[in-house]
Amino acid sequence: MSDSQGPLWEVFVQKKSGQPFVHCGNLHAFDKEMALQNARDLYTRRMEGMALWVVLSEHIVASSPEDQGSFFEPANDKIFRHPTFYQVPDIIKHM
Amino acid sequence: METINLENLFEAKLAKNEMIEPKDWMPENYRKHLIRQISQHAHSEIVGMLPEGNWITRAPSLRSKIVLLAKVQDEGGHGLYLYTAAESLGISRDQMLSDLHTGKAKYSSIFNYPTLTWADVAAIGWLVDGAAIMNQVMLQRSSYGPYSRAMVRICKEESFHQRQGYEAMTTMAFGSAEQKQMAQDALNRFWFPTLMMFGPPDSESPNSDNAVKWKIKRETNDELRQRFVNQTMPQIEYLGLVIPTDSNIVWNEQKQTYDFSEPNWVEFKQVISGNGPCNKERLKARNEAHKNGEWVREAATAYAKRQKETDLAA
Repeated sequence: MSDSQGPLWEVFVQKKSGQPFVHCGNLHAFDKEMALQNARDLYTRRMEGMALWVVLSEHIVASSPEDQGSFFEPANDKIFRHPTFYQVPDIIKHM
Repeated sequence: METINLENLFEAKLAKNEMIEPKDWMPENYRKHLIRQISQHAHSEIVGMLPEGNWITRAPSLRSKIVLLAKVQDEGGHGLYLYTAAESLGISRDQMLSDLHTGKAKYSSIFNYPTLTWADVAAIGWLVDGAAIMNQVMLQRSSYGPYSRAMVRICKEESFHQRQGYEAMTTMAFGSAEQKQMAQDALNRFWFPTLMMFGPPDSESPNSDNAVKWKIKRETNDELRQRFVNQTMPQIEYLGLVIPTDSNIVWNEQKQTYDFSEPNWVEFKQVISGNGPCNKERLKARNEAHKNGEWVREAATAYAKRQKETDLAA
């Protein structure tokens, strides 16, 4: 069946200035401008955001679920990267 | 090399209440079940715009008109969230729309009933959206990630739908005797069709078993129906309305729950198989809207193609 909907775009919303852009969903549109306008109408009808990103879904590179274990394994045994790994004398109040 | 049993991995994820995502392996029947359920849900949102859209030009005040416009626009948006959630399972939007337009796909039986008066529009917001929310709150914990996330957004947006419906109903129930009668008539018309929205009784529900096993649904049709009756009865009493169509409805002190009569399941089967009061009208309206949008889709496709060529040439 032919596709009459245009490509898929992913939508990211920034709630307030200074905050990260968060993925909120996706939509179909035929070009950038239409994608942005559709995103506004679909995802920010209640002031959910002050800024939007739209990006073609096909341009997203994602890690694969099968490789999850081995892919993230290097971070698994490095507890020394966390502040709680280190002892600080009780007498030192702020650090 | 160790062979990983994908089905075991899938089951293990479900057992830990982890979400299944589009790229994860899933049993073919899980995928099929989701495509059917999510696309039906999407179609219900879109077809659900028709009985209410019918009243936008006839809303009794400017306030009620803007509220109704906002609600109908929300329903359109909900359809879009759900269509892309279904698309993530490998079915195209065009295929789903075609299934709707040919009558192959189903949508909620409730939208095959007419909205005869303004009180019916109020009753839809209050009862139909109320029942939908009850179902959708449960589906926020559905095991398929994109479906669950769409439900979270939808529930957030829909809480106003039910409240505005109840507010409109309150206005009528506490208005003139004639208005109160309209409110009562609307309740009479929509009570049983609303109870049907939760689907057939558990003993006869063909799709429920797997849906609960796979954590697509967390509660059964009968459980949700009972909760809806329990929640709605005090709201009916506040309005000073009654349910004359069910003489069995009564608070059961021992069970701490309402006893009530089942809707007419023969009628339900008739309506979902195409013989409700408005099935033909709804499908005709959808088909015409789609046909009337043909030139827009053609123009947009041609435009996108030309853009691509210009980009390549540059």
